[in-house]
Amino acid sequence: MERLNALEYLKLSKSQALWYNIKLFFSKIPAWIKSLFVKLWITIKNFFLSLKEGALDIKDTFVKGNWAVKLSFVSFGAGNIYYGQVMRGLLFLLFEVIFIVYTFILPTGGIYWIRKVHWLSKGATVGTVQGAMKYNPVTDTYGWVAGDDSVRVLLYGLLSVFFVIAFFVVWRMQIKQCKINMELHGQGRKIKGAKDDLRSLIDEQFHKTLLTPSLLGIIVFTVLPIIYMVIIAFTNYDAEHDGHANLFSWVGFDNFNAFTDFGAGGLGLALGEMVGWTLMWAFFATFTNYFFGMFIAILINKKGIRFKKLWRTILVMTIAVPQFVSLLYVGQLFSQQGVIGAFLERADLLPQVMVAQNQMSLWSNPVSSKILLVVINLWVGVPYMMLSATGILMNIPADLYESSRVDGANSVQQFMKITLPYMLFVTGPSLLTSFVGNLNNFNIIYLLSGGGPTNTEIGTVGGQQLGHTDLLITFLFKVTTGSGSKYYLASVLGIFVFIFVAFLSLIVYNVMPSTKNEEDYS
Amino acid sequence: MKNNNTSLEKKSMSVKTLNAVTNTVIYAFLIVISIVWLIPFIGIVLESLRCESTGQVAYFFPKQIGFDNYVRLFKSDFPKWFLNTLLMGVAVSIFQTGFILSMSYTLSRLRFKGRKTLMNFMLILGMFPGFLTMILIYKVFSDLGLTMEMAPVGLIIVYCASSGMGYYISKGFFDTIPKSLDEAARVDGATRWQVFYKVIMPLSKPIIIYTILMGFMAPWGDYMMARFLIKGNDAGKNVAVGMYDWIKGSGDSLYANYTMFCAAGVCVSIPVTIVFMSLQKYYVEGVTGGAVKG
Repeated sequence: MERLNALEYLKLSKSQALWYNIKLFFSKIPAWIKSLFVKLWITIKNFFLSLKEGALDIKDTFVKGNWAVKLSFVSFGAGNIYYGQVMRGLLFLLFEVIFIVYTFILPTGGIYWIRKVHWLSKGATVGTVQGAMKYNPVTDTYGWVAGDDSVRVLLYGLLSVFFVIAFFVVWRMQIKQCKINMELHGQGRKIKGAKDDLRSLIDEQFHKTLLTPSLLGIIVFTVLPIIYMVIIAFTNYDAEHDGHANLFSWVGFDNFNAFTDFGAGGLGLALGEMVGWTLMWAFFATFTNYFFGMFIAILINKKGIRFKKLWRTILVMTIAVPQFVSLLYVGQLFSQQGVIGAFLERADLLPQVMVAQNQMSLWSNPVSSKILLVVINLWVGVPYMMLSATGILMNIPADLYESSRVDGANSVQQFMKITLPYMLFVTGPSLLTSFVGNLNNFNIIYLLSGGGPTNTEIGTVGGQQLGHTDLLITFLFKVTTGSGSKYYLASVLGIFVFIFVAFLSLIVYNVMPSTKNEEDYS
Repeated sequence: MKNNNTSLEKKSMSVKTLNAVTNTVIYAFLIVISIVWLIPFIGIVLESLRCESTGQVAYFFPKQIGFDNYVRLFKSDFPKWFLNTLLMGVAVSIFQTGFILSMSYTLSRLRFKGRKTLMNFMLILGMFPGFLTMILIYKVFSDLGLTMEMAPVGLIIVYCASSGMGYYISKGFFDTIPKSLDEAARVDGATRWQVFYKVIMPLSKPIIIYTILMGFMAPWGDYMMARFLIKGNDAGKNVAVGMYDWIKGSGDSLYANYTMFCAAGVCVSIPVTIVFMSLQKYYVEGVTGGAVKG
C-alpha cells in the first residue's frame, strides 16, 4: 500500500490517521511472513554451508597432517598426544573406547537398544518381547515372566542415539584441535598443556565452568524429556499400553489425525473450544491486570496522596501469602455454601437465567465462572503490575510533566501523551511474557474452577470431561493424571501449546520495534 | 494589573479545591480497594478460629472463638507437610540461586561463541509446557525411589535442575552494571573468576536476595508437579497438595476439614509473609528491573 510521508500524515484527520495505521499494520503482515521464511531459509543455508566448510576443513587437515594427525581420524586424541597434550589426548581416547565398548561390544548396548525401538515404523511395537503369564514346570505354577519395558527401551534407544551424535561431535572437535596444534606448531608457538587448560577454566574459558552445571541440568531434565515426549506423540502410550504389562506401539500420525474429528465428542471440536477460551482468558487476564495495576500505581503515586507505603503494603500482601491458600479460600467464598455465594442466593442477586437452569453458584455457569476467574485474577495479579508500574513511573523524567503543564496540558492529556506511551514502550516485552504466562496459568484455573463447569455439548474427550474453563494446560494435566493416563494425548496437546506460543511470540516480536537492545543499558 | 492578579488567585483557588476533591475521591477509592484486598485475609483468620463447626458456613463472623482447629491441625499430618515444604524451600533457594546466577552472569557479561544461539535455544525450549517433562521424569524417579514419600527429594531436583532457564530477570540486572568495571579489573590483572567473585558479586546483593527469595517461595505454591510425583502418599505431600485434598477431597472432606484448612493457611502464610515482607525491598527492585528489561 501507499506510504505517506510525515507531512501528508499530519494533514490527515484523526479518524483518517487511525484508519491509515490499521491499514499499515495489516499491509505489513505479508512482509513479516516473508521475512520469517527468508530467515528460516538463511539459517538452513548457513547450516549446510558450515557443513560444507567443515568437510573441506577436515579434508585439508587430513592432507596436510603428519602421521599422528592422520591416526587421530580413527584413534581419538593421537594428534593431541603427539603435540604434548597428553591429558586431552587420553580423555579423547577414553571416550572412544567407552563408546565402542558400549555401542558394539556389550550384548545389551547401544546397537541392541537402537534396533529394539523400531523407530516410527507404524504398527511395530517399541521393544520386542511381550511380558506374559507363563507356566513354570519346575514349580508347577503360573508366573509373570517380564518382557521388555517399552518406556525403558525407548529411553535407552534415545540415549544411545544421543551417544552416537556425541561421538561424531567429539570426533570433529579433536580434529579441529589437531589443526590448531599444527598451525601453532608451524608458527613455533607454545601449545597449551593440561595446566594451561585448567587455568583457562577460571579465565578465558570461565563461561564453560559457569555454564556446565546449569546446561547439564537443562539437558537431562528438560531437553531429553521433551524430545522423548514429542516422540511419544507418535505412539499409543497410555494406561492400557503402559510399556511393561503391555508394550506400546507406533501409530504414525493417528494421534494428530484424531484432531480433525469435529463431531460431538471429537477432539477437533474440543481443541477449538479450549484454544478459544485460552486466548480469551490470556487476553483479558493480561490487559485487565495491566491497566488496573497501572491505574492504581498512578493513584498511589499522585502528589499529595499520603500513606503511599501503607497502600502498597496492603496490596503486596497478596503476593506474600502463598497463592494456593488465597486462591482455594477465595474460590470457596463464591461456592454455594460460601459467604458470598450464599449471600448472592439469599439476596436473590443471581441472574434469572442461572436460577432457571438451577445453577445456584457462580461456578456452575460457564459465563459467570469465566468472568469470576478474570475478576479473581485481578485480585491476585494487580499487585505485581502495581509494583512494576510504580518503579517505571518514578523513572519518567519529571521535566516532561513540568513542560507539558506549562503548555497547558491537563492530567488526562498527560496520561495519554506521556505516561501511557512511556509505559507501553518500557513494558512491551514484559506484556508478552505475562501473556504467555497466562496462556499456561495452571494454578488460577485449576485451584479456582478446576476447569468446570462441564461442557455438556462436548462431553468426554480422551477419557476426561472437558470443562468450559479448561485451558490447554489444565486439560493436559487432567489427561495425564486422570484415569486412562493418555500420555500420547498429553504429548500432542503439549506440541499444540508449543506451536501456539511460538506463533504468538513470533508475531509479537515482529510487531514490536526492536527495543530490546541489550547494550542499551550498560 | 490588579484585575489580572485576582483572576489568577481565583484560578489557583479553584485548582486547589479541585485538587482536594480529587484527592478525597482517590482516598475513598484506595480505602475500598484496601478493604477488598484485605477481606480474604481477615476472613481466613476468623474462619481458622471458628469452633462451632468444621465445615463451610454462610456467615462471616464466627459464633464461638477458640484454638480447636489449631490443636487438631498439629495432630494431623500437617506438621510433616510443613517440614517437607520448608526443607524444599531452603534447598531450592540455595541450588536454584547458584544455577540462575551462573547462567545469567555468563549470558550477560561474558561474550563467547554460541551465546545468542544458546539464548534462542532456551527461549524456544521454554515454550513447551514444562509439565510435559514430568511424565518421563516420574517414570525414572519411581525406578530410583524418588516419588511418593521420597517425593520432596525428587521435587527439589525437578525444581532446581532446569532453573537456569529462568535467567531473564537477573540477566536484566547484570546488564545494568557498567562494563567498564570489568574492564578496569581485567586491566589490573584480575582473572574472569576474580571479576565475578570480587567485583560483580558484591554489587549484586539485591538480585541475589531476590533470587533466593523466589527460590524459597516457589515450593510453597506448586501444585502441578508436586501432585504428579506425590500421587496420594500422605507422608510425602507438600502443603499445597495436602491442603488441596482437604478442600477438594472426596466425600465429606470439605465438611470435616474446612476450618482446619483455614488454620493451616494461616500457619503457612505467617512465616512466608514474614520472610517476604522483610525482604520486600529486594523483591520490588527485582520486579521493576525485570519489567524494565523484559
